[in-house]
Amino acid sequence: MSTDVVTPRPPRRSGRLIAPVGIGVAVMYMSIIVLIPMAALMGGAFDEGWAGFWDAITSDQAIAAVLLTVKLSLVVMLINAVMGTIIAWVLVRDRFVGRGFVNSLIDLPFALPTIVAGLTLLALYGPDGPVGINVAFTEAGIVLALLLVTMPFVVRSVQPVLLELDRDMEQAAASLGAGPLTIFRRIIFPNLMPAIIGGSGLAFSRALGEFGSLVLISGNIPFQDQMASFYIYSLIESGDRTAAAAVSVLLLTLSLAALLLLSALERWTSRHAR
Amino acid sequence: MFRSGRCRACVAAAIVALSVVIGLAAACSGDDDGITLVAYTTPREVYEELIPAFADGPAGEGVRVYQSYGPSGDQSRIVESGLDADVVALALEPDIMRLVDEGLVDADWAGGPTAGFVSNSVVVLAVRPGNPEGVRDWDDLLRDDIEVITPNPLTSGGAQWNVAAAYGAQLERGRTHEQALEYLAAMFANVDVQPKGSREALQIFRAGKGDVLIAYENEAITARQNGEEVDYVIPDETILIQNPIAVTSGSGNPAAAEAFVRHLLTPSSQGVFADKGYRPVLPSVLAEHAEAFPEPPGLFTIEDVGGWDDFRSDFFSSDGYMVDIFAGDAPGDRR
Repeated sequence: MSTDVVTPRPPRRSGRLIAPVGIGVAVMYMSIIVLIPMAALMGGAFDEGWAGFWDAITSDQAIAAVLLTVKLSLVVMLINAVMGTIIAWVLVRDRFVGRGFVNSLIDLPFALPTIVAGLTLLALYGPDGPVGINVAFTEAGIVLALLLVTMPFVVRSVQPVLLELDRDMEQAAASLGAGPLTIFRRIIFPNLMPAIIGGSGLAFSRALGEFGSLVLISGNIPFQDQMASFYIYSLIESGDRTAAAAVSVLLLTLSLAALLLLSALERWTSRHAR
Repeated sequence: MFRSGRCRACVAAAIVALSVVIGLAAACSGDDDGITLVAYTTPREVYEELIPAFADGPAGEGVRVYQSYGPSGDQSRIVESGLDADVVALALEPDIMRLVDEGLVDADWAGGPTAGFVSNSVVVLAVRPGNPEGVRDWDDLLRDDIEVITPNPLTSGGAQWNVAAAYGAQLERGRTHEQALEYLAAMFANVDVQPKGSREALQIFRAGKGDVLIAYENEAITARQNGEEVDYVIPDETILIQNPIAVTSGSGNPAAAEAFVRHLLTPSSQGVFADKGYRPVLPSVLAEHAEAFPEPPGLFTIEDVGGWDDFRSDFFSSDGYMVDIFAGDAPGDRR
């Protein structure tokens, strides 16, 4: 994140060797874990050249699946931005019994195997669910599953900012006659915006590629409610790895574009707020 | 950013951790006298019963059988990608043929007395207890009041049996190729959910979705044995599911691997398959269980719908009939 810049101390003699070693280790590690696999994926996507890549990402089925995925991921991102901020606010500003417990629950979606998340949602909100709400195999069901697995992102990025937020500013504003709404709109919200945007971007990216939690809750019908990750899986199943890699690269590109766009927005809002 | 003092400790820790991981990975890849069975998930219970019996017998003495289970297509692909396997047991022949094409399984793998198959089954229509909708055969799946569940044949190789069964049943009834495709389009209009694989389909059916689940007889029998409330109907016309097994050509222990496959094909092992709901491949054992496994009058095989190669490319390729049907176009539009 670009927000937590710590002013570097002037290098000491003993630190001179460490900096290049640190960079070396970081680059090597990133290469092994992320960069080389991504490069291999890119290579795979262009196995049949530009024409093959283009055909793969413009097939009827690919377009339908990717459009649906982007649409639902955007919905998930927006809900996350609002609800995640509210949850973070409650956790930081409100005092209530069990706050620490609730706080530790936030990360649970990351610990839960995604297929279990899907199974639980199906049992609760499926055809025979005890609550009498059946959203399984609808877009609402998909959104629900995506919300579950992406919940921690916004909460966890907004929380520390709220904790550090200087309450003197709010008190000063109040003493100058600003109402709570004005204080939120003029003081708090601008300070939280970069964190909300950053968290939402992560939630969007995660939603784009989600697979496990949707296995039991989405209908997986091509052209109707088949998500991109399932379409990619079907391409792998039918042995068309080039097309599978191509659609994956398209998803990655969309996710990267979203992250870049949001970080530009983040910079713009944080400059604009001051 | 880390300050330099802590950074040095971090780097040291990272390097130590990395070398430990690499060392462990190297230590784990040692060979021994075992064989590895790579199989699709459904017959797991059968193998868990037959493997101890193999290890107790003379042929399998001292042989450890390591097991890996997963969806058939995934299992086939990981073997193709280099997983050491000695025996592969998969849901359908194309998943073995993928390995034959790569030279990982001998081309004459199907030369044995059972033509390479270790178990059979048939496609059935699983229904709610007592069959409240009175489902009898394939035509009932077109009724307005019936909701059908079948796994997506594009994400599940196993589900291709279901499409072959539905399509072939129409031909078996004397309908034309075009009429059979129309049937498929009409039937899939009643399909509200197409789970990723047969396991997921069963789970979703169990959760209360749908009236009819197109399933395999062995799965329905296993579900009943596990106390689940499910009935099933064997349509008069349906396909014989044949599950292949093969020893890999790169097996590190071919004698043990072949002994294991022979063990699976003995009458007593085939009896275990039968007890768990699979139709035995040995006629003598099948005859003993004739009551549990009635032969439908219109039983056909994949060869009757053109064989796997043609059937798969006609129906499941990117310009195949199924994509047309899913897109709401006339089957054959993309060809």
